[in-house]
Amino acid sequence: MTTLFNWFSQVGSITKFGLLSIPQRRGAVAATVIGIAGVVVVLVGVLSIATGFRRAMAASSTPDSAIVLRSGADSEMVSGLGREDVRLIADAPGVARTTKGPLASAELFVIINLPKRSTGTDANVPLRGVERAATEVRDRLTLVSGRMFEWGRNEVIVGSGASREFAGLEVGSQLKVGRASWPVVGVFSASGGVAESEVWTDATVLQGAYNRGESFQSVRTRLVSPDAFQAFKDALTTNPRLSVKVLRQSDYYAAQSETLTRLITTLGVLIAGLMAVGAVFGALNTMYSAVAVRTREIATLRALGFGGGAVVVALMIESLLLAIAGGVLGGGLAYVAFNNFQAATMNWQSFSQVTFAFAVTPSLLLQGILLASAIGLVGGFFPAVRAARQPIASALREL
Amino acid sequence: MKFAHLVWANLLRRKLRTTLTILSIVVAFVLFGLLCAIRQALVGGVELAGADRLIVRHKVSIIQLLPESYQARMQRIAGVDLVTHQTWFGGIYQDPKNFFMQTPVVPEDFLSMHPEILLSAEERKAWLATRTGAIVGRNTAERFKWKVGDRVPIRSPIWGQRTWEFQLVGIFEGREKGTDTTPMFFRYDYFDEVRQENWGRGLVGWYTIRVKEPARAAEIARLVDEEFENSPYETKTEPEGAFAQGWARQVGNITLIVAGILGAVFFTILLVAGSTMSQAVRERIGELGVLKAIGFTHAGLLALVLAESCTLALLGGGLGLGLAWLLTAGGDPTGGMLPLFNLLARDVLIGVGLAVALGLLTGLFPALQAMRLRVADALRRM
Repeated sequence: MTTLFNWFSQVGSITKFGLLSIPQRRGAVAATVIGIAGVVVVLVGVLSIATGFRRAMAASSTPDSAIVLRSGADSEMVSGLGREDVRLIADAPGVARTTKGPLASAELFVIINLPKRSTGTDANVPLRGVERAATEVRDRLTLVSGRMFEWGRNEVIVGSGASREFAGLEVGSQLKVGRASWPVVGVFSASGGVAESEVWTDATVLQGAYNRGESFQSVRTRLVSPDAFQAFKDALTTNPRLSVKVLRQSDYYAAQSETLTRLITTLGVLIAGLMAVGAVFGALNTMYSAVAVRTREIATLRALGFGGGAVVVALMIESLLLAIAGGVLGGGLAYVAFNNFQAATMNWQSFSQVTFAFAVTPSLLLQGILLASAIGLVGGFFPAVRAARQPIASALREL
Repeated sequence: MKFAHLVWANLLRRKLRTTLTILSIVVAFVLFGLLCAIRQALVGGVELAGADRLIVRHKVSIIQLLPESYQARMQRIAGVDLVTHQTWFGGIYQDPKNFFMQTPVVPEDFLSMHPEILLSAEERKAWLATRTGAIVGRNTAERFKWKVGDRVPIRSPIWGQRTWEFQLVGIFEGREKGTDTTPMFFRYDYFDEVRQENWGRGLVGWYTIRVKEPARAAEIARLVDEEFENSPYETKTEPEGAFAQGWARQVGNITLIVAGILGAVFFTILLVAGSTMSQAVRERIGELGVLKAIGFTHAGLLALVLAESCTLALLGGGLGLGLAWLLTAGGDPTGGMLPLFNLLARDVLIGVGLAVALGLLTGLFPALQAMRLRVADALRRM
């Protein structure tokens, strides 16, 4: 018991000794800490793009909502459904109903060119034609300014993300669709969901403008409960009059965000991983020189009876603490710089823009600090072992 | 030059430290090379665009089609040399993950419009003779191990429920290193005949125009748009480069993101290498004093320290760029998502420039410190 306590007190005093000497070598220490912070900023920054994009896609759906497309279609863009299909879908078992009828919205999805504010170049902005149930098959849709468009009139409302990212989408401005001009009458938010990237109008108005007759591209429904999905899906897929694909909205959006999220995550991890290797070399340098200037002190301690193990552990604690300081610094910087940073990118599956906010989540910060700790441990281990292994007699003789 | 051995001896004095510093610089330049290749993959289309080519698309958006009859009307505009069209097919080969672009084209016109697509004379003849014939780029052919003569079944949700079967009559190469060899091209006459079962007959996706004089490109673009103004299908015409840039910008400001990451990388490495250099100088203050005492000038010492830091940076930079070149030599690592992935000679040169800059910057403060040494003070620290 006493030996264990003794060992801890040895580790404690060597660590304290090391930390107190930091001001004497503040240049090298600062370089290491800031270097590690740089790695963490890049890791957290890049991954926050993927997290934000995935979050925008995930925020778009609740477990009790479903989307129906033509079979074989991977996105609304290439799907097509007729009026009769829509009727059959809305009447299927499992669809929630109110006094106004089934909660199903048959929708049309096209894109329209509008200049992106940040670059001034054209971007594919999604323009969606919806039916009356549209706000009820989606959650938390609220108007933040202006009013709802009037059914049957050439008016549009725009998502807050679209209004922010693309030019000419403020309340009061006119949206040019072909040769016609439709007034923007309201701006809505959808708690960060993908609908915020879109411009909405009445589906029948859009069918007219695009010569789409009575055709739609998707039907979105709200189900009586999340468990009703299987029955709903089976009823539609076994119906010989229909040839459709039925998905939970959450699965649909997860599939759409998968490619991009995976690409960004892979790139982010690769870049940060390589940077981390570079930072390990930097940390090794710092700790080797920290050990080198203390050769005599360490030898003296060893001569006094301090254990080799205690020296190793103490030096590694010192390196770890420096690395964690770097990790916290980097995580904080990344949070300040990137959290809620508004951006828009191309969703290749739907061929259109999605606006989203970078998201620095606690789990990303934790990953950053873990990476920093790993750098610190690797960077501290070899110098610590070297320090502990030095022959005491010759080390004492050193300058 | 006669002091090269002195620089070298100083670097070898602490082999471990020198090695570690060089390794961290290597890492920075490997990253630099990889990021340049990624940037090239995403925005490279802009540089490969033909200066004499214009793209004409529907004004409202590219998903809306244009009448095939526009071709003849464009052809009549003065200064227009050749007009071709393509249409987005959106086909799926086995699985949606196996993405590559396919478009129907009129073979003779298309090959004449795109000299960067290299096809042998026999393959060209075979294509003209086979209605269901298709040509595919080297990249995609290798990805799916296709050979000339194979039959390729492709399904397109846009153009009906049927499965289209194409006969592979040729595999094309790119004229330039960066030419995209992922797409597949097949015959428009076959496409237009089969799709009439569904919809869209006589409609095409977008046009490419070759102008006689590139200097008049902007003027001709305006003439084209005026020609179709107030028709049910108004157009938007722009140079191919601007069109490609527009696409790249839809993804986001990639150049800015890459620059941001590289900034963080080099700042980090600058700190690491800089602190090593100043440490190396601090340790040798006494020696530097001796050098001064035996007649080295201020400028001489400055040069000596800078030579040392530049040697470090160039060794690390050279190794890093070489490694990046090896890593990117295999081309697209994602199997089709980044067809233009490659490291350009221009980026390698920029890298060498960066290595010199890194060497000078990291050496500057220690070098100034060494230069300003007073001999007496320095010798006392021996």
